[in-house]
Amino acid sequence: MDANVKKKSKISKTILTVVFSIIAVFYVSPIFIVLMNSFKLKTGISAEPFTLPNAQNFVGFDNYINGIFYGNYPFYKSIAISLFITIATVFVILICTAMSAWYISRVNSIVCKIIYYFCVFSMIVPFQMVMYTLSKTADNLKLNTPWGIVIVYLGFGAGLAIFMFTGFVKSIPIEIEEAASIDGAGPLRTFFGVVLPIMKPTFISVGILETMWIWNDYLLPYLVLDIKLYRTIPIHIQYLNGSYGQTDIGAIMALIILSIIPIIIFYFACQKHIIKGIVSGAVKG
Amino acid sequence: MIQKNKKYFVIFVLPTLAAFIMAFVWPFFQGIYLSFCKFVTTSNATFVGFDNYIQAFQDETFSSAFWFTVAFVIVSVVFINVLAFIVGYVLTMGIRGSNIFRTTFFMPNLIGGIVLGYIWQLIFNGILLNYGKTIVADATFGFWGLVILMCWQQIGYMMIIYISGFQSIPGDLYEAARIDGANKSQLMRRITIPMMAPSITICTFLTLTNSFKLFDQNLALTNGLPGVVQASGTTVYETQMLALNIYDTFYQNANTRGVGQAKAVIFFIIVAFIGLIQLYFTRKREVQQ
Repeated sequence: MDANVKKKSKISKTILTVVFSIIAVFYVSPIFIVLMNSFKLKTGISAEPFTLPNAQNFVGFDNYINGIFYGNYPFYKSIAISLFITIATVFVILICTAMSAWYISRVNSIVCKIIYYFCVFSMIVPFQMVMYTLSKTADNLKLNTPWGIVIVYLGFGAGLAIFMFTGFVKSIPIEIEEAASIDGAGPLRTFFGVVLPIMKPTFISVGILETMWIWNDYLLPYLVLDIKLYRTIPIHIQYLNGSYGQTDIGAIMALIILSIIPIIIFYFACQKHIIKGIVSGAVKG
Repeated sequence: MIQKNKKYFVIFVLPTLAAFIMAFVWPFFQGIYLSFCKFVTTSNATFVGFDNYIQAFQDETFSSAFWFTVAFVIVSVVFINVLAFIVGYVLTMGIRGSNIFRTTFFMPNLIGGIVLGYIWQLIFNGILLNYGKTIVADATFGFWGLVILMCWQQIGYMMIIYISGFQSIPGDLYEAARIDGANKSQLMRRITIPMMAPSITICTFLTLTNSFKLFDQNLALTNGLPGVVQASGTTVYETQMLALNIYDTFYQNANTRGVGQAKAVIFFIIVAFIGLIQLYFTRKREVQQ
């Protein structure tokens, strides 16, 4: 009887695998439909979006070539700006907030507690609440460049990062730092030599969460950056669609594919860390 | 070891603190102040008391956006969580290909809201083409379009949290229950669901706030269309959610910025209220444990 039960559960597991395979194919199909359409003529996309390119409407890589220079703003510039903002911001946020979080949780004075509670508070404030005033403040301080927006992001993203880092610092036994200071290390050396290496797993988690947020963020850079000069990928794609009249839908399909490729590479390169980062970042409300 | 020391405060905390004050604390309080003012830019604000709030509550587009958002939030929270729970459950049963399925289902989550919106716009318009319609022809299309889009994006994320929840249930609990003669549905009701309560709370509130604050997807998929002119002459955009409504109040008409800021404050209070309920539930659970 036991063997029978086992056999039965094996069969049901195989059925589940088959069912899930079918669902998985459907799940990725939207991306393939866009990929398919990125090789078609404009008329082919609007008339029959679900068929493979055929002899009449296949255009090879024309859409890609058009897309890169489409809309008075070269797409490779958008990619460069998105890459720069994401990398610079994540780097700055990680270093600055890790340092603050360590100081805040070790010193724990009244000022530190106030800062900490403000950080937690900032996590529940929706962006629309500060949208207008933040963009005006950033404008007045001339932070409307890719360099300036790094500072805006540091301020706006500090809440979550400090919250996650403080939670981790509290779990590090203070004896390690005491030993370092008895050996004559100052706070800076203790932090960079001893604390930072211990914090590495949290660093990766926070880094992943911030990367996913900043790379895909649309409204904050749209309101802060000088749009004529600097467009991130989401801004560029929205701009091309929003401009009424002649929208080259083939070029847009190509740009969507081009903008997904870096994400997929990033995903397959650090899938394990992404999943870990999400599980530990799930506390964010 | 670090002692309270002004020099180290300047090195460790001040850069972040300065940016935080500039990008959050100051705009937040200025925003509250401006919600009581009439203004076009921040420098020419005149105090008008509660006028903006009264106007916000009388605004038909705002109440329409509010009810649309509430309906969307309820539907998407239920769909996303039920489906993600089932997927997470099946993928921890040890079926073949679990890792590939997990990778596939999570992938859409990494794509940004704007791009997602345009991907689905193509697909929905392609399907509706057979009936000679587009996604913006009817608010019902826009509503279910947004729900499907949101499910596609969020199920993978919630699935990850559910999977880690399932994996943290100790196996001997099931074994002990089986020895006591529990059947499958009893195992589910008496062990799995209670042990999964923390994950369910987290995922419910995550989807709740994510759906409530939705902006990019809304902007890209329908941009609030279709617009219907009301008897009073105002145009109500039927698939416009709260965040987009606030944005439009700010930037479509510079004279209603005060009202926009008042709406933003109301929006903040609702989101903060949801956050407080979440905190209450999480705390309560911690006490029990």
